[in-house]
Amino acid sequence: MKFTLKIWRQKNQNDPGRFVTYEVNNISADASFLEMLDVLNNELVQKGEDPVAFDHDCREGICGSCGMMINGRAHGEGRSMATCDVRMRMYKDGEDLVVEPWRAKPFPVVKDLVVDRRAFDRIMQAGGFISVKTGAAPEANAVPVPKANADEAMDAAACIGCGACVASCPNSSAMLFVAAKVSQFALLPQGQPERRERVERMIEQMDKEGFGACSNNYACEAECPKGISVTHIARLNREFLRAEFTEKA
Amino acid sequence: MVLNSNIPDGPIEKKWSEHRFHMKLVNPSNRRKYTVIVVGTGLAGASAAASLGEMGYKVLAFSYHESPRRAHSIAAQGGINAPKNYANDGDSVYRLFYDTLKGGDYRAREANVYRLAEVSGSIIDQCVAQGVPFARDYSGYLDNRSFGGAQVSRTFYARGQTGQQLLLGAYAALSRQIGAKTVQFFDRREMLDLTVVDGQARGIVVRNLRTGAVESYVGDAVVLATGGYANTYYLSTMAKASNATAVWRAYKRGAAFANPCFTQIHPTCIPVGGDYQSKLTLMSESLRNDGRIWVPKKSGDTRSPSQIPEAERDYYLERLYPSFGNLVPRDVASRRAKEMCDKGFGVGPTKMAVYLDFADAIKRNSKAWIEEKYGNLFDMYHEITAEDPYSVPMRIYPAVHYTMGGLWVDYNLMTTIPGLFVVGEANFSDHGANRLGASALMQGLADGYFVLPYTLGNYLASTKFASVTVEHEGFRETRASVQERVDRLMSIKGKKPVSEIHRELGKVMWEYVGMGRTAAGLTKALKLIPEIREQFWKDAKVVGDPDTINNELEKAGRIADFLELGELIARDALHREESCGGHFREEHQTPEGEAKRNDKKFAYVAAWEYTGDARTPKLNKEPLKFEYVKPSERSYK
Ligand SMILES: Cc1cc2nc3c(=O)[nH]c(=O)nc-3n(C[C@H](O)[C@H](O)[C@H](O)COP(=O)(O)OP(=O)(O)OC[C@H]3O[C@@H](n4cnc5c(N)ncnc54)[C@H](O)[C@@H]3O)c2cc1C
Ligand code: SF4
Ligand code: FES
Repeated sequence: MKFTLKIWRQKNQNDPGRFVTYEVNNISADASFLEMLDVLNNELVQKGEDPVAFDHDCREGICGSCGMMINGRAHGEGRSMATCDVRMRMYKDGEDLVVEPWRAKPFPVVKDLVVDRRAFDRIMQAGGFISVKTGAAPEANAVPVPKANADEAMDAAACIGCGACVASCPNSSAMLFVAAKVSQFALLPQGQPERRERVERMIEQMDKEGFGACSNNYACEAECPKGISVTHIARLNREFLRAEFTEKA
Repeated sequence: MVLNSNIPDGPIEKKWSEHRFHMKLVNPSNRRKYTVIVVGTGLAGASAAASLGEMGYKVLAFSYHESPRRAHSIAAQGGINAPKNYANDGDSVYRLFYDTLKGGDYRAREANVYRLAEVSGSIIDQCVAQGVPFARDYSGYLDNRSFGGAQVSRTFYARGQTGQQLLLGAYAALSRQIGAKTVQFFDRREMLDLTVVDGQARGIVVRNLRTGAVESYVGDAVVLATGGYANTYYLSTMAKASNATAVWRAYKRGAAFANPCFTQIHPTCIPVGGDYQSKLTLMSESLRNDGRIWVPKKSGDTRSPSQIPEAERDYYLERLYPSFGNLVPRDVASRRAKEMCDKGFGVGPTKMAVYLDFADAIKRNSKAWIEEKYGNLFDMYHEITAEDPYSVPMRIYPAVHYTMGGLWVDYNLMTTIPGLFVVGEANFSDHGANRLGASALMQGLADGYFVLPYTLGNYLASTKFASVTVEHEGFRETRASVQERVDRLMSIKGKKPVSEIHRELGKVMWEYVGMGRTAAGLTKALKLIPEIREQFWKDAKVVGDPDTINNELEKAGRIADFLELGELIARDALHREESCGGHFREEHQTPEGEAKRNDKKFAYVAAWEYTGDARTPKLNKEPLKFEYVKPSERSYK
């Protein structure tokens, strides 16, 4: 297959950046999107040009490193896929593909398609944990957890922290990401003691980082590679109200 | 070089607790005065850094990832072992110890393996308390499944994403400490060398991958948790960036490298598709619980699987190993798959694959039942191959997956350089010549949560430290040598992209140092690898600038190290004139084609010592003694 690629090139955070057009030929339909970029980069290296920088590592949709806008869609064509899961057979031969980094103020571009997502880590540091000292845990089966709750917690915990929810949201909101963590812990008995502080601190940090508010657009759910449901946002809102209420009471 | 394993005296069940009792302790109020450097924040590093930070040490943690949550551990699928005996099927610490030692083909230390089994139960407790959503049954209690090499159900899992959930648990614990400022995390930093001062590991030199700056950090001890080196083979199931640079640099600074040839080939991966391919995708071994492996009885059969009647299928693992069947250990399953394909029974377009069939399990239970257990794995297979595994059997083939070898450590996880500790896949310690499924996550977390925090404290409490800053001569020298190497890579200005050279190395490794090894093949590899290395330093093309993100420069440095390590793997494989676990020398097999160990000559750990670039490394031996489990032929019949 062949493609015309319009790729965002930006040397560093201060460079204004621009699109550059490249042609790639002889791409196997079974190649992944990133393997197609490997082919392009190999050619660029051979020509002595700087290859396109992009983050990636596991290449099986679990580490959350990869992520780019392809023709305006976070992680490109297909549902429930990270960019590394996308296969070239999902595009038409000869198609034009516009490839850009995540666009969101809290995720500044580092180089080309690489963005800085440390804002997510800082939200986690603010409260995305259960405080248990190493060695202080009770026997694992001491507290049963209803299977339905455990399963729903697992659904939420599947988030890979890629940031597609933010990139696809017109407000650059991080609500789906935060909701996934808050919801996971709210569903488990182990998460109860810190329930109030957790949601408050995470939301506070989220606001501090400059993520926008949620206006129920739901683009996040549609583009999330792990299919995290917006019902978790509803739970997050309830948790937040509950926390505010108990604090005032 | 002296190899002292420092295994404590006493009966095996008491060694660890007595050892802990005799350790020197650092008074909690003094811990702040010690700085511990942790390189790598996968399962082993994140759990270690979080625990040490919580205890009050000043911890500096480093990773080439931007976030600890991206570490390769995230990709582990199947599960983690612990002998909780919730299934009431006769499991115990002793049985897990026995299975792991036997699974490793009697090439690991009894005392280490026993300790691993002993602390593994606490890992599950810890993770549940952190909010790890392990699978549960309808009663609300934890569920288990079985894995290769065991006849009991002791594997805890979180769908097909166990590594992800455990890593997110450790990452959360680490995040809490970063928030509390006990741990400082340095992201996008790649350790390129170790600084040794007065014989003690005192710090590291890293390259800041955003800016290209070469930075140094001083500590009282250095912990490497940098993962395995399977990417020496180019195609493997490892994450693309996984590499050996940290351990290799430490080796060159005096840490012994143990059993490098013990590499694991995983039996159930998606077969290679084409030249563009950048990595191999694993299908969790847990699939062998419900999937049946077969090939057509007729060689060269081109019919589609549905047209091959039951009577014309060879379920060869069930035929050869009636008691373990599809659940034989990885090395056995891999070798048998290769043998079937070599004999012409392979299936699929390349004929380098065997079937893994779920039709019976779907009939016995239901499609929904399979979906609940393995849904995400089936989706992944479907995405990659465009075939629906619910209706067509999967095609699988072995791929390089894990490295049992690594830096030599004593019982305290310390290398031959005082103050340099190694945890997780990067050390050689517990899996002998073959690792059983669901045991790497267990070992990484055992090291990080429950072993290192004690042994490191003992080291700090019993050692005197000179005051050292980054201006010390030792640091200057390391910085200069790191800078010199970066400059050298940037100035080769050859014609070949470094990935192509890596691929060439990978081909040699897979062909001659892969699943079936021979003296002739290994000798050939020992000739070819230095040739590729020479070509690399002459003809590699490293483009871009050294002062921004430069993936090509990063890759080049890692490949340069693989080109040296690859040679050591081949050398070790050639010297080990026996077959054991993942190391299969074709000259040494039983008439039935099973691995034939030579306990008289090779019941030792091979610890290689660096003696200079132009000289062959020196082999040191740590003899292995078996007081509790008598080595026998590892039979799974
Ligand atoms: C696909 C797959 C599935 C698996 N499934 C299972 C399973 O079901 N059960 C099981 O028990 N095991 C499984 N394993 C094995 C297991 O996942 C690994 O052995 C284990 O996670 C390794 O953990 P680690 O902490 O030692 O290293 P890693 O997770 O590899 O972490 C290495 C860390 O070191 C950092 N690093 C490395 N070098 C440097 C450097 N030079 N400078 C700075 N930082 C550096 C990295 O950034 C990273 O943070 C699987 C492995 C694979 C590949
Ligand atoms: S919620 Fe979905 S889109 Fe957002 S970070 Fe998590 S996995 Fe990515
Ligand atoms: S590379 Fe890991 S999720 Fe895509």
